[in-house]
Amino acid sequence: MRSRTVEILVGLFLVVGLLAGIGLAVSVSGISGANGGSYKVYAHFENIGGLTKKAEVTLAGVQIGTVSNIRLDPQMLDAEVEMQIFADVDYLSVDSSVQILTSGLLGGKYIGLSVGAEEEVLVEGSVIEDSQSALVLEELIGKFLFDKVSE
Amino acid sequence: MLDFLALIGRQFLSKIAGFGRASFVLFYALFAWPQPKNFPLVVSQLYHVGVKSLLIIAVSGLFIGMVLGLQGYTILVDFGSEQSVGQMVALSLVRELAPVVTALLFAGRAGSALTAEIGLMKATEQLASLEMIGVDPLRRIVAPRLWAGFISMPILSMIFAIVGVYGGALVSIEWLGVYSGAFWSVMQDSVDFYDDVLNGIIKAVVFGIVVTWIAIYQGLESTPTSEGISQSTTRTVVYSSLMILALDFVLTVLMFGDV
Amino acid sequence: MGDRENVIEISHLRFKRGDRVIFKDINISIPKGKISAIMGPSGSGKTTLLKMIGGQLYPDAGSVSVEGVVVRDLSRKALFSLRKKMGMLFQSGALFSDMSVFQNVAFPLRVNTSLNAEMIRDIVLLKLQAVGLRGASQLMPSELSGGMARRVALARAIALEPEIGMYDEPFAGQDPIGMGVLVTLIKKLNQALGHTSVIVSHDIQETLSIADYIFIIADGEMLACGTAEQIKNSSSEKVQQFIHGHPDGPVPFHYPAIDLMQQIMAGDTGDHREQGY
Repeated sequence: MRSRTVEILVGLFLVVGLLAGIGLAVSVSGISGANGGSYKVYAHFENIGGLTKKAEVTLAGVQIGTVSNIRLDPQMLDAEVEMQIFADVDYLSVDSSVQILTSGLLGGKYIGLSVGAEEEVLVEGSVIEDSQSALVLEELIGKFLFDKVSE
Repeated sequence: MLDFLALIGRQFLSKIAGFGRASFVLFYALFAWPQPKNFPLVVSQLYHVGVKSLLIIAVSGLFIGMVLGLQGYTILVDFGSEQSVGQMVALSLVRELAPVVTALLFAGRAGSALTAEIGLMKATEQLASLEMIGVDPLRRIVAPRLWAGFISMPILSMIFAIVGVYGGALVSIEWLGVYSGAFWSVMQDSVDFYDDVLNGIIKAVVFGIVVTWIAIYQGLESTPTSEGISQSTTRTVVYSSLMILALDFVLTVLMFGDV
Repeated sequence: MGDRENVIEISHLRFKRGDRVIFKDINISIPKGKISAIMGPSGSGKTTLLKMIGGQLYPDAGSVSVEGVVVRDLSRKALFSLRKKMGMLFQSGALFSDMSVFQNVAFPLRVNTSLNAEMIRDIVLLKLQAVGLRGASQLMPSELSGGMARRVALARAIALEPEIGMYDEPFAGQDPIGMGVLVTLIKKLNQALGHTSVIVSHDIQETLSIADYIFIIADGEMLACGTAEQIKNSSSEKVQQFIHGHPDGPVPFHYPAIDLMQQIMAGDTGDHREQGY
């Protein structure tokens, strides 16, 4: 086996491998990364429905961050959701409200944010006060039946 | 009865001793730093072990990706979720099928070739000659092959995954009519580079170490007859396959268990 | 055995492989600068002895020492440097199958010396010339006949002009011309370089013609030792049987078995695999 040919083939092999890796990174996992980092913001919900980590946080339907952590708050006995907001989205007023929404009919849950009127903005560690929990199907049905019965 | 127990005891001890020998081979060959002058040997082994496996890996990846696309579509279309077929194909490949199937194919093709080659070198006293000339066969023969195995496996696994994804895309988009925009965007939203792709690569590296190690060890321990070499080759493929599947379970639990 | 200098000392060697005793109590002193031959019937462990000198096997008891140093006590590094002084020709030739004839002979030079490529090339060609195979330098081992392969292996073994040369059955399978070439070559190396040669063989004629000292091993013990003349005129029956090749004598030809008539009458093949066990 000519050693020159072998070297070229092995080099090609490694290059193809590298390209495959890049391909996987870009077109399969869509890695884009936040530009210049992100900051953490918190919100409490009575019921998070089916919200999971890595769910989107949107403003007017455009993604401005992701849900990075969900935990049970032992003092307030509700769910504390931690969100990473992209650093360049730094104009969210402190009286913004968040709502857990469903994408499509059967789609996953995500968080929609609406901006308020205050001048002060959310920064690292801020807590969003105004939150609306997810609509849970059973509660809706229960409410519907209750209303129906009382008619 | 006592004889039977003694027999089991002896077998057990000799298996443990074998494992000890195998570990010695692995650590010595790895950590006795590969000398710069042995680098061309690594390159040559990368060719034999990696490049030569490329065809079977790429073709298998393509077919598996296409089948996933087809099967995925037929299942998801009942839920109206056929847009998610890209996600299904990509996650199945990247997390499980690429590392595992690549490793199994690698064990069959490259692993058995390695065992046979080293077994033959032992049988024809080439390894003993190397020793007598003053060259350490672990450094010259074993170490380059080990490194070639560790480097090739993740590369082959990534190639398998990407070819599979494009195979799935081909079937879903061109043939079954899934919207290409939806296919790719749903996939990209659900595949995380660190949790999915990187974990898959870690699996591939682990499998690469295990398969190459088993293959080389079986070659070194083989009985120097044609029957002996054939038995060792079979053992390589069988043990490697079992270890791959068992390790896959363990790694999957560790990596994805707490979703 | 007089006042000569002994470069290899084997004393009270005992070695077992599994249950079989190969050596019971062997004492051999290989003199420096001479051609010594170790002979004996097949299976008497001659190749094993060479492996012990080279440090590939360790004795169960007794010692093997080379140039005064016990082989077993050497560190891995020291053992490798000892081996550089030895050149070994294996019974099967053991050429590296992925390298050409030229590359095989050049290998010890490339690995153990820092000579430049031209010098290495010259030395390789000279060695190949000595064994009569210079024209075959570009062939691969698989393209060589058994005899040719063994001659190339000899060239490789002497490439570094080692102080001690060990040859395991060098004459086996050689045609008369090849045989003559090897005999002359070993003798020349010995004369020119003061090289110590240890030949393992059961080729009586050739060996007796060039060996200075002969050691005959049988049944795990040394049967006889001495110069070629002494051996030829030995009064021992076993020795005479061996060197004259008589099929039967004190050393039995037949592998131990029950009486022939008995076995045929009992319909016993003696092979349990045939019986469908």
